[in-house]
Amino acid sequence: MLEKLQNSRNALGLIFMLPAAVLLLLFLTYPLGLGVWLGFTDAKVGRPGEWIGLENYIYLWGDSVTRLALFNTLFYTVVASVLKFFLGLWLALLLNRNLRFKSFFRAVILLPYIVPTALSAIAFWWIYDAQFSILSWMLMKMGLIDQYIDFLGTPWNARLSVIAANVWRGVPFVAITLLAGLQTISPSYYEASAIDGATPWQQFRHVTLPLLTPIIAVVMTFSVLFTFTDFQLIYVITRGGPLNATHLMATLAFQRGINGGALGEGAAIAIAMVPFLLAAIMFSYFGLQRRTWQQGGADK
Amino acid sequence: MSQDSESSGMDFLETTRRKWVVVYIPMLVFLIVLLFPFYWMAITAFKPNNELLSSDGNPFWIIAPTLDHVKHLLFKTSYPQWMWNTVLVSAVATFFSLAASVFAAYAIERLRFSGAKHTGLAIFLAYLVPPSILFIPLAAVVFQLGLFDTRLALILTYPTFLIPFCTWLLMGYFRSIPFELEECALIDGATRWQILMKIVLPLSVPGLISAGIFAFTLSWNEFIYALTFVSSSEIKTLPVGVVTELVEGDVYHWGPLMAGALFGSLPVALVYSFFVEYYVSGMTGSVKE
Repeated sequence: MLEKLQNSRNALGLIFMLPAAVLLLLFLTYPLGLGVWLGFTDAKVGRPGEWIGLENYIYLWGDSVTRLALFNTLFYTVVASVLKFFLGLWLALLLNRNLRFKSFFRAVILLPYIVPTALSAIAFWWIYDAQFSILSWMLMKMGLIDQYIDFLGTPWNARLSVIAANVWRGVPFVAITLLAGLQTISPSYYEASAIDGATPWQQFRHVTLPLLTPIIAVVMTFSVLFTFTDFQLIYVITRGGPLNATHLMATLAFQRGINGGALGEGAAIAIAMVPFLLAAIMFSYFGLQRRTWQQGGADK
Repeated sequence: MSQDSESSGMDFLETTRRKWVVVYIPMLVFLIVLLFPFYWMAITAFKPNNELLSSDGNPFWIIAPTLDHVKHLLFKTSYPQWMWNTVLVSAVATFFSLAASVFAAYAIERLRFSGAKHTGLAIFLAYLVPPSILFIPLAAVVFQLGLFDTRLALILTYPTFLIPFCTWLLMGYFRSIPFELEECALIDGATRWQILMKIVLPLSVPGLISAGIFAFTLSWNEFIYALTFVSSSEIKTLPVGVVTELVEGDVYHWGPLMAGALFGSLPVALVYSFFVEYYVSGMTGSVKE
């Protein structure tokens, strides 16, 4: 009887899993494997490739544009993630205060995150326009600059401009998830530490931050993951230019694999991102995971 | 929000002036920076060309608002068609992903078939696979299946990020439903199907709304698959259409571009504004372990 129940449970489980499993196996697992295989071939659009071993990777390692793209991606990810973290934490702390119109603020702040990135990226492109930039106009009126800034024209300007757009889009996500974490911290900790004479900084450092660490780890893992693999912002604002200064791995993979038709090479660039992503996940998993004392255990 | 009244307990220690400097002014700066691009989008969409291109006067205001850019968008481009494609693809992909996710989440969380735990983990890992490492081989798959340049290609590939997300979210919701309810129903002779339909689903309506809203916005905002798998103008989705077809040559038509961006953003913003709480709970719920 028990065995029968167990059996039907397994059978039913299988049936219930079927639609999701078929779709994911066919359009996620299989392409992932295919991508790894394509990376080892010289496949072109409309021509199945032949196995060429590590040739793609060796070529890419010596290719200055790929190296530049890797540097750009790392720079973009590190700078944007650090900024998103600090600004997001600051915003979360502000929103956690007893503010008037708090729910209105919280709702409005998420707008950059929910609006299609490709479309807000167009707005940034317009804001960064070399001739009509509103930022340049404002700075001119304030007398801070004497000629319009070429936001997207020089390598470093362009890098910083796209990072600013990425931070703009990512801060709300970090802030709102950290706010959810902040709201789970019991106010009695703050009252107790205030009675013991803790300054606001000490309260933040020794109460808020330790209790927030687990959620910070998760949020930042997601943030790093999606910043490292970003595509839309760059594709819309700079297309990788000027002089490939803003090409990320994803946009380079698109340019070589889809526009250039070199599927094998494009797949190799995309697959080359995987070790970095795994490293980021491992780092946040082992480096920032819940310590025993946060669960009430002894300090190590 | 019972915590609010408690945490305000010590607020009397803070002077009003200090609160302005420490809280309200930074908050205001955040708000202005985060919302400015939308204001700029909206103002450009209704500003006549001569005002757009003149450098004197106040650029933050419009002297003679115009609907020319909107008209251009509606009658001289395929914008309405892109809008319709996006609605269609997003709605269908969301519906099927949600249905598949309900079954998958129920099977993993409640049927506990052998291997359920590993399946749950696999779903989470699938959620971490970014589209930008999948799109090249996926393009090959789409091509092999003869789906290139069809809406079906998008409807079938969007679930690769929707199903993991929705399943993960719904697993959390199902976990919060007491086992006792199901046990009672089992004793009364209900089948698993009846339990799912009559007990579990009605109790997880908020979770379904969160997952649905989130999935809809994710599909609406999707870019890289829609850019790669579709090439004809009449099949393009809105973000791709605006980016690839409204940009012509070296002369940028900022008016129509901004109008396109504005009206492409409004539907998600509207859906979002009606369901803010569900959206936020979906977002924070998906991140929780």
